[in-house]
Amino acid sequence: MSFLELKNLNARVGPLPILRDVSLQVAPGEVRALVGESGAGKSMIGKAILGTLPDAIRITGGEILLEGEDLQAMSPKARRRLIGAKVALIPQDPLTALNPARRVGPQICDRLVDILGWGRREAEARVIELLHEVHIPAPERVMRAYPHELSGGMRQRILIASAFAAEPQLIIADEPTTALDVTVQKQILRLIRDMQARHGTALLFVTHDLGVVSKLCQSMTVLFGGKVLEDTSVDQFFSAPDHAYSAALLAATPKYTDPGGSLMPVPEATIHAVEAEIAAHDLAHQIETVRQ
Amino acid sequence: MADGRAAAKRPINPRLWLSGGWLLILVVAALAAPLLAPQDPLAQDLFASRLPPMWQGGSEPGFPLGTDSLGRDVLSRVLYGARIALLVALVAGSCTCALGAVLGLIAGYYRGWADVVISRLIEIWMAFPPVLFAILLIAVMGTGLTSIIVAIVVIDWTRFARVIRAEAMTQGAMDYVASAKVAGRGRFGIMIREILPNVLPTIVVLLTLEMGIAVIVEAILSFVNLSISTDDPTWGSMIAEGRAAIHHSWWVLVVPLITLFLTVLSFSQLGEGLKDHFDPVLR
Repeated sequence: MSFLELKNLNARVGPLPILRDVSLQVAPGEVRALVGESGAGKSMIGKAILGTLPDAIRITGGEILLEGEDLQAMSPKARRRLIGAKVALIPQDPLTALNPARRVGPQICDRLVDILGWGRREAEARVIELLHEVHIPAPERVMRAYPHELSGGMRQRILIASAFAAEPQLIIADEPTTALDVTVQKQILRLIRDMQARHGTALLFVTHDLGVVSKLCQSMTVLFGGKVLEDTSVDQFFSAPDHAYSAALLAATPKYTDPGGSLMPVPEATIHAVEAEIAAHDLAHQIETVRQ
Repeated sequence: MADGRAAAKRPINPRLWLSGGWLLILVVAALAAPLLAPQDPLAQDLFASRLPPMWQGGSEPGFPLGTDSLGRDVLSRVLYGARIALLVALVAGSCTCALGAVLGLIAGYYRGWADVVISRLIEIWMAFPPVLFAILLIAVMGTGLTSIIVAIVVIDWTRFARVIRAEAMTQGAMDYVASAKVAGRGRFGIMIREILPNVLPTIVVLLTLEMGIAVIVEAILSFVNLSISTDDPTWGSMIAEGRAAIHHSWWVLVVPLITLFLTVLSFSQLGEGLKDHFDPVLR
């Protein structure tokens, strides 16, 4: 059984659909990429699962199942407890993801103390152990530091440690490297991969970088305009993509083998075709609603 | 590591020290007024009226800053006046701050209908001219220290509520709030543990400004005779009395005026200084 399952999830901002019948599954221990261009709704899926959608966005249909339990049917408190215990987030921007007014240590320990009911001291020991694991020198000192005293890469490591601290079954990584230097990006990706392998956690990796996907993930979901275009294994995608958009996306990726080559955009004809597909889907959806 | 670097980066801020110094002197003077004042501030002596300050000819030893037209000692009255001014600043300032900050936090973080209600209330409130509003309130409640404090709280809470609301809204949109939510923390917990520490510097700065404003409002109300009973020495009433005698005894007006000026300036500069002091750490 899959650990996380989305069934025909729909979400809107006012009248505008931003998720269109999104279905996807993440099995225990699976590393799945969520790929799409800006505005495709990849981050929104993560937020919908975590319950941190902005107020303006409403979920208008579908189910979010965590171990078979529908999250939307739960009370907010029960949902928070379940999410807090089983799912964690590696956020996009490490600069704003730590509270600037609090020391780093207590912030990371909060989850262990609040959700798992550990003692403060116990939680601290565990966090220090994890900070060692993400290669932070002198963790005891870092625990007492304020976020502004640490570099972006350090902070992202801390957030990774914090995500793994409560041994969640699923981690949602929302473009965890886009806010970092290119040189640091590689280290952080390797770190996430190592930690994932060691802890056996399932990972939902939100990104627009196909290079990262090919190195890190097993399966992937391609999104466009809030609609799933392709749900496939990474090997399959890179050898023979099913959808025309996927093929165009793959062709647009710069290649090491052709360093001087010009960058290829996704052809407009493909974009139009996908948009037509989405319009047809919306129409079908509307007809369905009217019929009911 | 952390503390050493932070301390080294922050040079001594003259603005903070000068304003803090003056306020400290004032607090000590107010507390020790019975010991420091050379005369009873209420004692009238018509034979010693309009004595000039000590550096002018014709002064008398017991009256270093001269006397007013009823022969009351100006220095003693300024010292006792500081008690009332600081009491009003402290109590009215903190109450205003507490009320405004709580409403601002709720409106800015909880949003929804709470925000709608509080924001409309702020807008309606701000349509009243503040000093006129205060005079109206005092007229209804009667004069006295409590009325002054209540009037200041009632007219000025919007200043806090507006700023703290905006600040809470900005902080509420930050990723660390989302992270705290994912980590299972409830809304109230997030407001207290995550948002509040981040708006605290703003609250402290506003509080010092508000204390200066409270001193001014109290002086204005005393000036128009709507403050505490006319017998009690307040800076505002001294200025009002001194105004009538400006041609033959300027010191009766100038001494409380300078004290008031320095005090209000110090409060606002203390706020500015604290803002600089907090800034590099938190932003």
